Amino acid sequence: MNPRTKPAWTPWLYLAPALVVLGGLLLYPIYQLGLISFFQYTQAQVSGGEPTTFEGFGNYTELFGDPQFWQVLLATVVFAAACVVSTLAVGCALAVLLTRVRAVPRLALMLAALGAWATPAVTGSTVWLLLFDPDFGPVNRMLGLGDYSWTYGRLSAFFLVLLEVVWCSFPFVMVTVYAGIQAVPAEVLEAASLDGASQWRIWRSVLAPMLRPILVVVTIQSVIWDFKVFTQIYVMTNGGGIAGQNLVLNVYAYQKAFASSQYSLGSAIGIVMLLILLAVTLVYLRLLRRQGEEL
Amino acid sequence: MKLAPRLAVLLTALAVTACAPQTSNNSSSDKDEKTGTLRVWLFQEVGNKPKEKVVDSVVAAFEKAHKDTKVDIEYIPIDTRAQRVKAAFNDPDSAPDVMEYGNTDTAGYVKDGGLLDVTKEFGDWSEAKDTDPTAKQSVTVDDKIYGAPFYVGVRALYYRTDVFKELGLEVPKTMAELAETARKIRAAKPELYGLVVGGAYTYGAMPFIWANGGELATGKGGSYASAIDSAAAQKGIKAYTSLFSDDNCPAAKCAGMGGNDTITAFAAGKSGMAIGGDFSHTAVEAGKVKGKYAVVPLPGVASGSIAPAFAGGNNIGVLKSTSHRTLAVELMEQLTSKKTQASMFDAMGFLPTFADVRQQAAAEEPYVKPFAQTLAAGTKFVPASPAWAQIDSSLVLPTMFQEVISGKKDVAGASKEAATKMNDAFGSVG
Repeated sequence: MNPRTKPAWTPWLYLAPALVVLGGLLLYPIYQLGLISFFQYTQAQVSGGEPTTFEGFGNYTELFGDPQFWQVLLATVVFAAACVVSTLAVGCALAVLLTRVRAVPRLALMLAALGAWATPAVTGSTVWLLLFDPDFGPVNRMLGLGDYSWTYGRLSAFFLVLLEVVWCSFPFVMVTVYAGIQAVPAEVLEAASLDGASQWRIWRSVLAPMLRPILVVVTIQSVIWDFKVFTQIYVMTNGGGIAGQNLVLNVYAYQKAFASSQYSLGSAIGIVMLLILLAVTLVYLRLLRRQGEEL
Repeated sequence: MKLAPRLAVLLTALAVTACAPQTSNNSSSDKDEKTGTLRVWLFQEVGNKPKEKVVDSVVAAFEKAHKDTKVDIEYIPIDTRAQRVKAAFNDPDSAPDVMEYGNTDTAGYVKDGGLLDVTKEFGDWSEAKDTDPTAKQSVTVDDKIYGAPFYVGVRALYYRTDVFKELGLEVPKTMAELAETARKIRAAKPELYGLVVGGAYTYGAMPFIWANGGELATGKGGSYASAIDSAAAQKGIKAYTSLFSDDNCPAAKCAGMGGNDTITAFAAGKSGMAIGGDFSHTAVEAGKVKGKYAVVPLPGVASGSIAPAFAGGNNIGVLKSTSHRTLAVELMEQLTSKKTQASMFDAMGFLPTFADVRQQAAAEEPYVKPFAQTLAAGTKFVPASPAWAQIDSSLVLPTMFQEVISGKKDVAGASKEAATKMNDAFGSVG
């Protein structure tokens, strides 16, 4: 068959429906987001009370000149990193455990993990908050902490949110890695244990290298998710914590854009986040491609 | 590859056709139809039935007086009102003709271009002359009037009569005594807060600033400057934030509380005193402390004085986009008339905005007395600037209180930062 006989636009014709949908649902909103970020655009402009004015990079200058933005950005990066590391550690450890236990406990663990996965973030956050409630929470009672308030200190509040984030995102890691381990030939593992390798040694020298492509994908997925965390912070620290100490970028953007109706400033934060995540995604795509070549 | 030039054409086309984000054309409607349907949005209160009854009777009378006119009332939930109102301003076609709104939103809504200037009609209205001056101020922006006051709300001091009696305490007469009494309660009964306070309870904190001679901002008509970092205001901030300590209301629990949380704590019998509004009466009555509490005006700095309270409440206004201007203004007057406010007080306990109607109400219901006294002693209002909505929603003051309470900043530093943020907001709305 000779592909040259067909006109060059034929593939585009076939792609058109998908491209139209993608363009409408993805590109157009991003275009609007970028556009708004260059204007003075608050509620007064939206409802026509005042004319819209072009600000150039004014919103970005304001944003970058605000020390709170840098503080929030730093908190976001550190918090996301902690979440990713913890999620991966818990997810991988439980995946290995899944391969070691009998069918019934495995089923129980799977069901528990899937339950956590299926719980909506708002519900999960509320339940965790209740568990750690200073007055009625069972955790404080069990640990004998009295009426210690977890959401008051900056670190303890972040830690509480981290627990919830890990709880609701480790199942994805666990299931993916578990599937990966299942695909590893049994004889390799058998050979390793016959050679007297410890459990940790097998993971480090046999499983981890063989699972590398999966681990990379899972890591980058987690980076993107945890960088964009919103619901947990918003619900558990009541919109950003005492004096805004627990703000992360996404919640900060929401507070600017919707709570104070500064849509243009919120859009500028959105664009900054988009660029950061785009950089991460490019790395992700490159790795995916390399992985494709390897297979 | 031919894609690049095509893409360029496409992008240029986009840029040419849509070089600015959408805005709605919310100009005032020139139409003034004398028949048809009037749409009204009122807030959905907890236990809304009595309110509906009063409104229904007003509507029935209105429809009877105006042939071929129908009034369509919709009750909107209070917690989604911000979105609903924004949507109404953005899309005049689905907007109501008349709506209820919180009085701190007046200046913001005027700036958004949503409210109709009714200065002339309000001036001509026979009942308007009895309107309380603070209530009138809450519908006034730049000497123009944008609605009619519907009810006022003020806060006063709730206290537990049983606890006071048991511990042999006197009702505090000054702010210093208030703090002292609070500590005594907590010391004798560690399971209670002395005076429950909240780091996010801005309207409960303001009387402390005002009583010490401080102001939120000074200025008039659009050009405000923050005064939150003045010496007097700092004294007030110090007085309020010093209540967040283990011997009254531990910072770890109270720093994050808002106004409703403090009332909930008091109603559940977890506090000796609380700062609550006349509108909190129903909630407290429904709580454990029913029959075991009383209310007095919040004491000021000097003995026997009353701390200036924040005059909250709601107004009813006409939207600029209405096509039934005359009818809508008339309905607004009917909904906020002396007669309606009197029945609304009987039904819902909303304090009337007319001094004479309020006096009558206080005579009927003794619980109104401390609130009426507080109103009579002089109340204060937030700056009538559109910037206030932004200052309020970006949590400038709660952040300031919380920074001091949690020890992140001292009073001078936190108030200076808050003043800068407020001035930025005042400046940006020009």
